[in-house]
Order: sequence, then C-alpha cells, then structure tokens
Amino acid sequence: METLFLDLGLPHTLSSFLAMTVWAVLLIHFLAIYAGVTSWVERRVAAKMQSRVGPNRVGPQGILQWLADGVKLILKESIDPEGADRFMFYLAPFLMVCGVFATFVVLPWGSFIIPADLNVGILYLISITALVVIGILMAGWASNSKWALLGGMRSAAQIVTYEIPVAMGLLPAIMAAGSLQMGHLMAAQGWAPWEWFAFQNPFAALSFFLFFIGSIAESNRIPFDLPEAESELVAGYFTEYSGFKFAAFSLAEFGNTWVVGAVTAAVFLGGGNLPAFLGESAILSLVVFTAKTLFAVFLLMWIRWTLPRFRIDQMMDFSWKYMLPLAFVAFFGQAIYMMLTYESAMAQQIISHGMFLVFLLVLFKFTGRVMLNVREQLSPVNSPASDLVAPAQPTVETEAQAVTE
Amino acid sequence: MNKELTTQFMTINMGPQHPSTHGVIRFIIDTDGEIIHRCDPDIGYLHRSIEKIAEKVTWQGFVPYTDRVDYLCAMNANWAYSMAVEKMIGVEAPRRAEFIRVIVAELNRISSHLIAIGTTAMDMGAFTPFIQLLREREYINDLLEMASGARLTYNYICIGGVMADLPLGWSEKCEEFIHHFDLAMEQMNRLVTYNQIFINRMANLAVVSPQMAQAYNLVGPNLRASGIKRDVRRDAPYSVYPELDFEIPVGKGLEGEVGDCYDRFFVRVEEIRESLRILRQCLKMIPEGEVMAKVKKTIKPPAGHYYVRHETPRGDTGYFIQSDGTTSPYRLKIRSGSFTGMSIIGELAKGTFIADLVAIIGSLDVVAPELDR
Repeated sequence: METLFLDLGLPHTLSSFLAMTVWAVLLIHFLAIYAGVTSWVERRVAAKMQSRVGPNRVGPQGILQWLADGVKLILKESIDPEGADRFMFYLAPFLMVCGVFATFVVLPWGSFIIPADLNVGILYLISITALVVIGILMAGWASNSKWALLGGMRSAAQIVTYEIPVAMGLLPAIMAAGSLQMGHLMAAQGWAPWEWFAFQNPFAALSFFLFFIGSIAESNRIPFDLPEAESELVAGYFTEYSGFKFAAFSLAEFGNTWVVGAVTAAVFLGGGNLPAFLGESAILSLVVFTAKTLFAVFLLMWIRWTLPRFRIDQMMDFSWKYMLPLAFVAFFGQAIYMMLTYESAMAQQIISHGMFLVFLLVLFKFTGRVMLNVREQLSPVNSPASDLVAPAQPTVETEAQAVTE
Repeated sequence: MNKELTTQFMTINMGPQHPSTHGVIRFIIDTDGEIIHRCDPDIGYLHRSIEKIAEKVTWQGFVPYTDRVDYLCAMNANWAYSMAVEKMIGVEAPRRAEFIRVIVAELNRISSHLIAIGTTAMDMGAFTPFIQLLREREYINDLLEMASGARLTYNYICIGGVMADLPLGWSEKCEEFIHHFDLAMEQMNRLVTYNQIFINRMANLAVVSPQMAQAYNLVGPNLRASGIKRDVRRDAPYSVYPELDFEIPVGKGLEGEVGDCYDRFFVRVEEIRESLRILRQCLKMIPEGEVMAKVKKTIKPPAGHYYVRHETPRGDTGYFIQSDGTTSPYRLKIRSGSFTGMSIIGELAKGTFIADLVAIIGSLDVVAPELDR
C-alpha cells in the first residue's frame, strides 16, 4: 500500500504514515464487524448443536443481532462497583482490545497482502498477546469483586502456563521455514494439503495439535474457560462490567478467534497459497486464506460447545505434564526429521503424502461417527404417524363459528 | 525483625443468585485462594410453608400442593401423598390405576434424573448435553401432558386412583419414545459420561463412605452410590413393584473410589435404564379396567398418625401425617432427600476447590424447592 502513495508523488515519510493509517482504519473496522458477526454465528452454531433456533429475529436469519446487541450495550449505564479502582477498571477492557488488535499488524491476508511483514513476525505475535493477560488481571483486581479476582488470578496462571506450549508448538514450523517472518512461513508451504506444514511429518502434526490446544487455552474458551467459568465464577473477571466496557471484552474475545484461526491457517494450513495454474491473484488468495481461517474458527466453536471444562489443577497438569514434554518431543523430532531427510526430497514427499492419507482415514472414521449420531438423533419420536386417536365426539359448533355465520 | 507472611481466608458469598446453585441456595464459603476451608449452606430462601398450608386445606385439596414440593418429580410427590391418604382411609386403587401410576412416575423419574445429570454436566461446563437432555425431557413432558393435561405440575395421581385414563394410542407413543430415548441416552453417554475430562473432574471427588452416608441419612441415589443397596421399591414394596423385574444400581467405584461424585452421577444414568425396563414391562402388563376407586367426597380419616415411604428420584421421601379425624390434616411433615443431601455438603466441601463444590452440589442433586418446602 505504501507504494501506492509513493506512486502519487508523496514523500516517503508521509506515504508510509498514510499507508499505516489506512491499514489501521480498515483493520479496526474489520475487527469490530468480524467480532460482531462471529458472536451471532457462534450463537447460531451453538443453537444448531443444541436443537435450538438461536437468535433469528433481527434481520434475515437474525444476522443483525450483533448490531442490536452492540447498540444496547453502548446505551446501557456503565456501572462502577463500589470501591473499584476506577482508572484500572476503565483501562482493563481497552488493554485487552489493544492486545488482540495489535496482533493484526503481522497477520497476513493471503499470500500477497500483509500489513507489515515484520522479520520477527511470529515472535511479535506471541509477545503482544501477553497484553491480554494484563488486561484480564487488571479487570479482576480492579473490580473489587471476589469472583472477578479469582477469575483474574486463574487467567494469569493459565495464560502464562499455556504460552510455553504454544511457542514451542510454533518452533518446528519456524525451523522448517527458517524464518520468523509470516510471509516466509507461508511461502515455505505449498497449496496442496500434503504440502501444508500440519501434514509435513508426524512431529509437525503433533506441534499443530499442541499449538491449537494451547491457543484455545490462551483465548479462554472451553475446555479452558476457567477465568470466566460461568457455573463457578458467575462471569469471572468481567463479572462487574456493564455497558460499553463489557462490549469491549466481547470484542476482544471474539476478535481473538480470528487471530487463532489466522495463525493456524498461515503457519500450519498452507496460508493463502494457490496452485500454479491459478496465477497470482491476490483476491483468490485472500478467499482461500479466509476460508481456512474461518474453518479453524468453526473448529474452536465446535470444541467449545462439546467439551466440559477442566479444573484448575488439571489444567495446569495438562500443560506442564503432558503438553510441554510433547512439545519438546515435537521440537527434537522435527530437528531429527529435518536432518535425516535433508537431502532426500523423495522421502519428504512419501512421508507427507502418507500423513495426509492417515488424516483422510481419521476423517473418514470421524465422519462415520458423526453420521451415526445424526441418524440416532433422527429416530422417530412423538411423530404424527402415531398420533393419538381422538375418541369420536359430537361436533360442537364453536362460538367463533356462530359469530361469523 | 522476623515477620512471617500471613494470609487471610477470603469469605465468599455463593448465592442465592449464582448460576450453579440451581434455585435459591446460598453457601458461605471461606477460601484460601481456590481451596475451600469452610462451607456453610444457608437454606430457607424457597420456603413456602407447604406443610402449614396442608393444615388448612382439605385432604384432596392438598394434592396440587404436593406438585410444588418438588416440581421435578410432581407425579411421585402426588403419589406419595395419595398413597398415604389411601392407607388412612383404607381405599385401594384399581389395578389399572396402579400400573398407570408406575408408568407416569417412572417417566417422571427419568425426566428428573435427566435434569440432575444435565445440570451436573452444565456445571462442568458442558452446555450442549444439558440442552439436548432438556429436549428429551420435553418428549416426556409431551407424554405426560397427553395423559394429564399439564407439563410440570400434573395433579394427575389423586386419592383413589388417577384423574383420567390414558388416551387411546398413548402406549404406542410411549414405546416410540422409549426406543428413541434408548439411542439418545447412549449418545449422551458418549458425550458426557465417558468423556475423559468429565471423568477426571468427577472421579475420586467428595467420597462418601457407606458409614458416612448412613450417618448423614442420605437416601436414594446418593446412598446407593455409596454401595448400599437400599430402595423403597424393593425394601418396602408398594403398588405393583413386587411384580416387576428390575435391578437396583449401586455405586461400584467405576473410575475411582466407591461413593465419589462420578458414582453418584453414574447411578442416576443406570437408574434411567432400569426405569426404561420397568416402563417396557408395564406397557405389556397393563390391564384394562377402572382407573378410580370409589372415594367419598368428604374424606375424614380416623384419628392417628401415619407414615408412608415412597421412592422419588430424590430417594426415600416420607410423608408423616397426623389426623384428628377432621376434613384436613392436623399435621403433615415431609421428609425429603434434598435436605440430607444438603447437610453433607459442608463436610464434603472441605479442602476441595471452588469448582469441586459445584460438582458436589450437582452430583447430590439438591433441589431447592424440595429442600425448603
């Protein structure tokens, strides 16, 4: 985008400033709209899974529900709890939004569009998300509520714990690409599934799982939603928030799903790479990338509405006792794999194709199970075919009929 | 100067408005971080003085109030009270009525257990199973509505029989439901009961030893989960239960010690299966005939006191009735399983996490209206 302004004959500093401004405005609006629409999508998806209807009143299929919610939240009175640390209480939700929003700097939009392709891209992303935990801690501490305090403390423990497996899970990919830069990470993969990093070798697949699970934990979603555990801590760290500040928390929470999805898509699922015969279309690449991201977001929703929640000690155990050692296995395994197959492109091809076949098999099995569940759920109950036989009754002219006649 | 760091207990007020106390129950908990050091249940928020009302209404007039004692199993409560009064006035319900009573009561037991296991799953964070079980419960409500005309407070079983005969074609509907529900329950087991995260949360938590269970006078599934095979339907049989073939599931310590939260959960899952068995048998055995015995309009039981035990989903529910020979009870006392379940929570919660307290409440199936009456 900077070149666009340079072509207009503007000086270098001004054009880069303008480019950044345009990006910021675009991305802020994207984040807000995406978070809103996702909140509606999530509610509809959850409703589908739970044999409910979900919000379907505002607009076609209820698609404008998020606007109604947003307007309602902005108009609502913003309540300060008694004894709250007002400054921190006000600052916390916006720190969280900042933490999520700042990651958009390095998030790619397909293979060709990246707001700022920093050379420390992925490292920047891991570190800037730590801002979220400060926001949560501040919210929990400043609310002067015991439930919020517990939520904040849980969150601090959880995010610090899971940041390590997440970073370790990204390491094999960084090793394979030889760069921290988002563009390079994507370019190291191909368009076909067997060229994706997630299926490159068993250790890469393992690191993919570790990264994805850790990301769920970092974005505070079930089974790791302990900081906001509804049935335990009422609403966790945002118990005392209302109005616009509450909306800011939701914005950060749903915005975070995109971050997780985009990183997953870029680093593990081949980014926006297109097959050679399609040429270098930025739009097509954007579409492919968005589709992959949204699929990852859907996975997040699916997991959220299926699993129960961990307990705090089990959550810690899971990370330190299982995920961290496995992350080391993935790390060293990837190193050994790279060393062994360094000179043999053939072996690399065979392993990655094999991995993809294994994945297809698992998918096949899984689909079978899902179909079984669906079939069982459709077994007839309370069907009209077996409706009650009403005993023969003399027809009585109702009052309404009498009036019309 | 050698100052030691001291920490204070944090006193948290859990309830009466808290998402997982299901109704209005309050716990005052002292915690050290997340670990509970004292848990003090505070009850009485849902007291509606039902026992006192009984002294002011006629014998038949109290039946609708029994619906409200425990609205999750109104049929069982109806039945328990009706059985007590029938015993007092020496009336016996017709055989068909007894079968209808067993059928609707077992259906109600299933729906009550569905809420129990559903809310436990919801407290563990699994929201979808709860809603899916509510959907199954709606089918039961449909069936009960076809029979009684109401979905929650039925007022169907009355002194001397049942209000009305089952509509034509009802048993086919019921069989269809049983077939569907068998599959749905298996699905729900795959979703929750055998879920490793769920098992980890519930197993080895809040173990109630048989001695402790008896000392605290636990009843019903809570007692059976501790390995004590006690069920009023077997020990002091009433109605047509002696003719029916069913098992009494007890806690076996499947994933941990006998009497832990998982056992209490699993006993309820098994009881649902047994109830389905009973239903299948009853639908085959049900005879034709009258559904209402001849009962006088004005009931005046002889003076004296009576105690009737009845197995509701919450366990051994007792109706103690003192009559002075007039048209309304002199004193009526309801003994409920929720109350004893509540009394053990303070003991069990010591040294557990806040998240565990939620699991304990859920697994003991404490229902607020029955607790306070």
